[in-house]
Amino acid sequence: MANTQGTTGFIGWIDERFPLTKSIREHLTEYYAPKNFNVWYYFGSLALLVLVNQILTGIWLTMSYKPSAADAFASVEYIMRDVEWGWLIRYMHSTGASAFFLMVYLHMYRALIYGSYKKPRELIWIFGVLIFLCLMAEAFMGYLLPWGQMSYWGAQVIINLFSALPVIGPDLSVWIRGDYVISDATLNRFFSLHVIALPLVLLGLVVAHILALHEVGSNNPDGVEIKKLKDEKGIPLDGIPFHPYYTVKDLVGVMVFLLFFAVVIFFMPEMGGYFLEHPNFDPADPLKTPPHIAPVWYFTPFYAILRAVPSFAGTQVWGVLAMGASIVLLFFLPWLDRSPVKSIRYRGFSFKLVLAAFVISFLILGYLGALPTTPARTALAQICSIIYFAFFFVLPILPAFEKTKPVPERVTWK
Amino acid sequence: MKKIIAALVFLALPAASIAAGGDYPLQRAPIDPHNKASLQKGAKLYVNYCMGCHSLEHQRYNRMARDIGLTDEQVKANLIFTGAKVGDLMKNAMPKLDAKQWFGVVPPDLTLIARSRGENYLFTYLQTFYLDPTRPFGVNNAAFPNAGMPHVLWELQGWQKPVYEVHKAKEKGAPETKVLTGFELVQPGSMSPPEFREAMADLVNFLSYAAEPIQLERQRIGIWVVLFLALACVVFYLLKKEYWKDVH
Repeated sequence: MANTQGTTGFIGWIDERFPLTKSIREHLTEYYAPKNFNVWYYFGSLALLVLVNQILTGIWLTMSYKPSAADAFASVEYIMRDVEWGWLIRYMHSTGASAFFLMVYLHMYRALIYGSYKKPRELIWIFGVLIFLCLMAEAFMGYLLPWGQMSYWGAQVIINLFSALPVIGPDLSVWIRGDYVISDATLNRFFSLHVIALPLVLLGLVVAHILALHEVGSNNPDGVEIKKLKDEKGIPLDGIPFHPYYTVKDLVGVMVFLLFFAVVIFFMPEMGGYFLEHPNFDPADPLKTPPHIAPVWYFTPFYAILRAVPSFAGTQVWGVLAMGASIVLLFFLPWLDRSPVKSIRYRGFSFKLVLAAFVISFLILGYLGALPTTPARTALAQICSIIYFAFFFVLPILPAFEKTKPVPERVTWK
Repeated sequence: MKKIIAALVFLALPAASIAAGGDYPLQRAPIDPHNKASLQKGAKLYVNYCMGCHSLEHQRYNRMARDIGLTDEQVKANLIFTGAKVGDLMKNAMPKLDAKQWFGVVPPDLTLIARSRGENYLFTYLQTFYLDPTRPFGVNNAAFPNAGMPHVLWELQGWQKPVYEVHKAKEKGAPETKVLTGFELVQPGSMSPPEFREAMADLVNFLSYAAEPIQLERQRIGIWVVLFLALACVVFYLLKKEYWKDVH
């Protein structure tokens, strides 16, 4: 007996009851991706790889980790010393956290340069920004778990931000902590959220992100819609099946990524204090504030924006709002960028200039956010914050000045 | 623009250095994790001079024995003074409440001190105790000003007094500034200054080991992992080329 997929036997039996062959075709063997993906297109699959790495190493860490203020720090050292291969699992997880952000930042930058968030891919972008937000929460809560000095005081700084909100602020921060200070109760709930709640949300969002992508099809470095030109079978002229072409290509990316990943894990797991901060090897001490509290590198641009905004009208809430806005604005990018041309290849000099200013200001903010403040650094952070926000307000008026180049019909090899 | 980004990223990396207290310049600690004799001497110094107050509560005796080239019997005979079993963690018996009374702070556990403060800081700290009658124990420290610790190693190092360089005030009426530039030995200890310096290098070497016992092993494994992955990169690149030869 044949079915709609034309399969018989055991697979046929399954296909009559479950869309096995149908899903494989829709998402792999008959999902047509543009043939001209360049190096920027590796980071999506690599982010997915790191997600799998975080989940697997996380499961094994959870087997030996003790989520209590009394035992957490010692249990991490127990994993590092007494658990077989525990050190490797822990370094894979701690390095994976930084790698995840690196992959996601590069993946987002790719979307910026090739206009991948533009119609009809607005929802892919929105799901992506939600993933980024969820990832930030996941990383923040995970960072409390080793219960080191930076875990404790970093969480203290971030949770105190909520208390700056008017009216509900103080109660809200107590509600988040489950206590008046960061304590065992906070650690326990962060553990729960870090290992169950947020990973579930993250996985759901990743599925939505990929389903939305496969519904409309991938963008490409030329920003050309390959579905406009199809052959007699309905296959895009510039499309190739995702499997085997992009599975073998992405595997090359995977190996190169793993090579760099292994170099960090085996030879520089602290990454000079950027991936594992030095003060975090001191156990949390609620009575001893470290002289300088710096978030991990992937939060520093937003932290720099927070610190750059001065308090005004007797409240520091403006910095908190600015930091929130710096992320919320990303959601509106598909509608703020009004140019019909997607790819940077065919956009005008003015867009390149605006994007370069945005990226450079973001990097400088990241640099400043890791350092103690001085008046000069604060001034620079303020300038960079203004440039960061200006990007979102310049984009809508940019098409009025921008001289774009004609976009080709078909994709090119560059 | 890619070049600019790369340049900025690399500019940002050296900012990793962290300040650890005073302005006194840190000395570079001659660390050699392969030198088993040095690690053994460091371990002996640690259990004799440090462990009474500072536990190594994440480090096991027998793990230490295995890693620094001793047998369990040697450790039992020479390095365990607390009645602990050889598989136990290297804890001490000092009550925390008493310690707080005696020193004002509970002496911290030092298992991870080399990772939190760095070897150079420890190496400098251990050598820069100097006489200062204004302090409760009669000594101060150049790397950690106003440290609460007495000069435990005085019988090895002896006593030294600070040497200052006086900088005249740039403006009239402003006070002169004194900068600590070195030390003068006023009462020798049982070791000569070079011997003491070497002993402290051994001690810091041992603390560096204890902070991450796996470091040599991970580097040893890492070389093979990296070589394997480098080969895998080539193999998968050739596979990709083979598959893609008909894509134009």
